[in-house]
Amino acid sequence: MRWFPVLLIAVCTLLLSGCPKKPTTVPEAPAESTQPGDSGATSGVGEGQVGDAQALPGAGVAVGAGPAGVATVIYFDFDRSDIRPEFASLIAAHARHLAGAAATRIRLEGHTDERGSREYNIALGERRAQAVRRALMLQGAGDGQLTTVSYGEERPAAEGSDETTYEKNRRVELVYGR
Amino acid sequence: MFRRALLILAALALPVHPAAAQLTVQILRGMAESVPIAVIPLAWEGPDAAPWDVAATVQADLERSGRFRPLPRAQMIELPHAADAIDVSDWRMLKVDYVLVGRLSRLPDGRFEVRYELVSVANGQRLLGTALPADRNALKQASHRVADAVYERILGVRGAFSTRIAYVAVDGPATARGYRLIVTDADGANERVVFGSPQPIMSPAWSPDGRSLAYVSFHSGLPAIYVQTLRTGEQVRVSARSGINGAPSYSPDGTQLAVALSRRDGNVDVYLLTLATQELRRLTDDAAIDTEPVWAPDGGSIYFTSDRAGAPQVYHQGLAAGERPRRITFEGSYNARPRMSPDGRELAVVTLDGGAYRIGAVDAGRGALRVLSGGQLDESPSYSPNGADIIYATRERGRGVLAIISSDGRIQQRLAASAGEVREPAWSPFLN
Repeated sequence: MRWFPVLLIAVCTLLLSGCPKKPTTVPEAPAESTQPGDSGATSGVGEGQVGDAQALPGAGVAVGAGPAGVATVIYFDFDRSDIRPEFASLIAAHARHLAGAAATRIRLEGHTDERGSREYNIALGERRAQAVRRALMLQGAGDGQLTTVSYGEERPAAEGSDETTYEKNRRVELVYGR
Repeated sequence: MFRRALLILAALALPVHPAAAQLTVQILRGMAESVPIAVIPLAWEGPDAAPWDVAATVQADLERSGRFRPLPRAQMIELPHAADAIDVSDWRMLKVDYVLVGRLSRLPDGRFEVRYELVSVANGQRLLGTALPADRNALKQASHRVADAVYERILGVRGAFSTRIAYVAVDGPATARGYRLIVTDADGANERVVFGSPQPIMSPAWSPDGRSLAYVSFHSGLPAIYVQTLRTGEQVRVSARSGINGAPSYSPDGTQLAVALSRRDGNVDVYLLTLATQELRRLTDDAAIDTEPVWAPDGGSIYFTSDRAGAPQVYHQGLAAGERPRRITFEGSYNARPRMSPDGRELAVVTLDGGAYRIGAVDAGRGALRVLSGGQLDESPSYSPNGADIIYATRERGRGVLAIISSDGRIQQRLAASAGEVREPAWSPFLN
């Protein structure tokens, strides 16, 4: 066992050298960068008296919540990004809701099934998210309320390699408050 | 004792990098006309045991390549250690075409020396005679170098046993995934975790000098492209623009990345990013998806995937101003993610072949397509730096594994991880 201490140091050094350090520089044009919308704003509570609350226009739903009882996933055909007619009323309900709640933010997360190449699927997921974004804006949602991100095939909703699974994975999820 | 100590250390290391997805290589189909060779155990003089079994590593490398058929040690009738001690008639009787002999010794400065000679049994000619000095902890690397030299002398193509493979390992349940970017030696040994995250890691790409990896990470919640220096672990975020930041590919001179960006308008196009200055040049401008760029070896043009004709196909575009993209692939309804062979003659692609996604090789000049692999969901092809093999991702009983197929389609190997899924392999350039 006389090599043990030497090896311990050597291996630990190797392991350490393989560990990533924190990102060092961010050579990035600020205008180009984007962050997930910050919906976690809080207000302070002072020591003075508080009067009776008055409802503001658009109240009745919490900021960051979607319309009650409306589904938040839109499904797509293989390698397609056009919105099927059956989802028109769902889109309309969300667009109406967003138009009436200007402070509400929504993140459109595009996904694909596992078939084909990964980066093409990232692009396809983005195209689906953009299709939903345009449809929402046409019906009154504001550009500033909507952000998109594509996960391609990286985050399946269901596991498996059959058409039933694929149908569940080709989707855009509408995530409120992001 | 040496090996046992290593095992103990591996166990100690587990809490630091859990669930190591150690790759094991298995040959599924070799070449019928593989070359018979005898790799004789090297002579070693010393009171202690030899510090490394060089011949065993060489033999395993040659066998794993599928191009050689090494004689089992038990069948070796004699164990010569120098070319002039080889009786070729004995080896002819064993139907061996080549004999590798050698000697491992300690140098006065404390290092070691591998002396080896390769002899052709047909005519007794000495084909190689080399002395290779190495530190004790580099004897395995030195063994890979011996295998490289034997492979090149006999097959006329530089061996790629001293290279590395980067890949993405995924484990954990769907609700708590762990993603790790891993680099191993080409034989699956010496695994190191480059970067780990609970968010997806994608698209590793080697710098031409083999010192850095570019990759996509969703660590911040949104996709960004990072460049990480392997030796120091230093990680630099090079693109975190609005929308997609994906598909990095190094220019042959290492100064630029071709990338896929969607920016504000959501339209995915190929851009060229100069790393030192952050200067960004838009290469394609089409309402369709343009992504998965890869450089031609001369650095003068880019191949990429585009669905501008309705379905993904491979296009080629020169970098001079005003150049227009030209479609390369016409066979089949889906050809994507091109990777260029080192000689620039062929592109490995993902192709839809009768309902299955397989690896194909496309003639870069004429566009003719050969389907190479036989899986259902094959993807992410990457050439070995000598062009002899293509590593790619496939599925085995629902689990992601890696596979290697020779670029002529005749030799197949499987690299299965001990745990979890592995995907997106990228073969390093030559490293020495």
